Amino acid sequence: MTEQQTHGRNVSREFLEDRAKFIRLETVRLTKIAGAGHYSSTFSAAELLAALYYAQMRINPAEPDWAGRDRFVLSKGHIAIGLYPVLADLGFYDAELLEDYTRLGSAFGDHPDMKKITGVDFSSGSLGHGLSVSLGMALSARMQGNDSRIYCMMGDGELNEGQVWEAAMSAGHFGCQNLVAIVDRNQLCIDGSTEDIMSVEPLTDRFASFGWNVQRIDGHDLDAIMGAFDALPAGNKGKPQMIIADTVKGRGVQMMEMSLNWHVGNLVGADYDAVIEEIKGGLKPVIATEVRP
Amino acid sequence: MSEAEGDVLSGLFTGISDLKESRSVKGTPASRLPAFILGEELADLADHDPRIVVLTADLASANRTTEFRDRHPERFFDFGIAEKNMITAAAGMASCGQIPFTATFAAFCGILGAEQVRTDCAYTGLPVRVLGHHSGMSMGFYGTSHHALEDLAMMRTIANLTVICTTDANHLRAVLRASLNHDKPMYIRLGRGRDPEVYADVPEIEIGKAIRLREGKDLTLITTGAQVHACLEAADALAEKGIETRVVDMHTIKPLDEAEVRAAAAETGAVLTVEEHNIIGGLGSAVAEVLVECERLPFRRHGIDDEFVLIGPPAGLYAHYRLDAPGVRDVALELLEKR
Repeated sequence: MTEQQTHGRNVSREFLEDRAKFIRLETVRLTKIAGAGHYSSTFSAAELLAALYYAQMRINPAEPDWAGRDRFVLSKGHIAIGLYPVLADLGFYDAELLEDYTRLGSAFGDHPDMKKITGVDFSSGSLGHGLSVSLGMALSARMQGNDSRIYCMMGDGELNEGQVWEAAMSAGHFGCQNLVAIVDRNQLCIDGSTEDIMSVEPLTDRFASFGWNVQRIDGHDLDAIMGAFDALPAGNKGKPQMIIADTVKGRGVQMMEMSLNWHVGNLVGADYDAVIEEIKGGLKPVIATEVRP
Repeated sequence: MSEAEGDVLSGLFTGISDLKESRSVKGTPASRLPAFILGEELADLADHDPRIVVLTADLASANRTTEFRDRHPERFFDFGIAEKNMITAAAGMASCGQIPFTATFAAFCGILGAEQVRTDCAYTGLPVRVLGHHSGMSMGFYGTSHHALEDLAMMRTIANLTVICTTDANHLRAVLRASLNHDKPMYIRLGRGRDPEVYADVPEIEIGKAIRLREGKDLTLITTGAQVHACLEAADALAEKGIETRVVDMHTIKPLDEAEVRAAAAETGAVLTVEEHNIIGGLGSAVAEVLVECERLPFRRHGIDDEFVLIGPPAGLYAHYRLDAPGVRDVALELLEKR
């Protein structure tokens, strides 16, 4: 296996912090092209995406269809805007292509299309499907004698979808230890707090009762994220692996934290410039712990 | 066992002794009925093709994928009663280079799983083969929840999806074999599994190419699936009245063999479509779409006239809705009277 394929476990925490910053900055920049975008649910997942793609996953941008690669299913497809710049940065395609983000005929829409975008392992957008896709991939990897892992990132509101629990039940039943699900537990769905709209807790108990091994971590703490990855067992037969990442919707831009207004939005004028500067300055302490308008 | 007794059972479930030996349908021995060959054919194909995987949703006993399970246990997955998860997981497998066949009642894949077929199989262009068995009203007295008279309409509107109805056991074998070299996702509709033999041998088929089973100059019956047999019998009955009827097995609903439809209009002057489906959206609609762009002619869509059907034994339903041979004959005569 080449160094490219093992894909740098040795990256520093500072590098990953910088890449999370890059994800937030690109999200803001690309949203301006589209005129609207999913800022806050991308921001909550920025550290998770950075850790997955720059430190954890076994991928090779020079050989995107490599059968032995780890796969990533972005079940919360609406944060593709945070994934696209990462794939370009890693060399899956030319970053120039993103200049046409969402424009007529572009490959890059709000939700990712595997047929149009190199490096996207599966198309998504309809919430609740990704865990089933990932389960199928995990079963295939096992059938094919392939030691790759399948990573699936879900939102927390998405867990309302019944199909998630069909998949959770069957992943436990089939013992897909090579399946790693990550819930970006950013606490909000569109209409309010998940616990007010349709409660999803107690998540640890729920997934454990479906036969999963569950870790619960601070999803903005890169050491905790990497620690959770390091704790994943090898082998493809056992318990499916769940990482519940407690995050803050909108993290990284204080006015967006826990705000219902910024699920989809568009920064203009001075607000745009101020947000860019705030992101460049790095994460500040969280100011909002409760849902707010 | 009489046909009436056999008709009580819509499916072929375990716990029924001597099934294979004791039942024949219109002269077709049970061993040559679709329900008995699905698992066997898939297992035979899998002997030579490592890509094949079979998934079902707690219906292995009904669709006889048990034979595949017994011969290829490492490539068989019973997902329990969770069809959406099954279809989407199949798409995940297909993205890893496998050819998954999912098998469940048509009502629970062609209708319940329609979004999963569209978004996860067709949008992605992955070679999932969704097998919808016990389609139409072949579940008889199990009722509307278990009928699928809308599935062709729903599947036909999905871009990039190939939609095929299988006629009998030999045709089913041909479709399964052809599917291994087809690069698109497929919805494959099976009847009740007790569909009498139309093809004495496994036919040479081409996806998208209709099969003309009988020539005629006065009328064309364009039909599909389990209705093909009834239409051939109806054509015999019409011949007794001096009406020479062409019968076309339009097994591929999408992409439709438009040339065959135009030829029927031009050469026989009247077209009757016959299908075990709502007349809205299925084969009749597909043919009508071609014909209205073609020329004026006596044309009628025969199927279920946009209603939920009565409860009853399947044979009673086919007679009531005139989807058996005498019924098709009568509808054809009505159509021709208007010419």
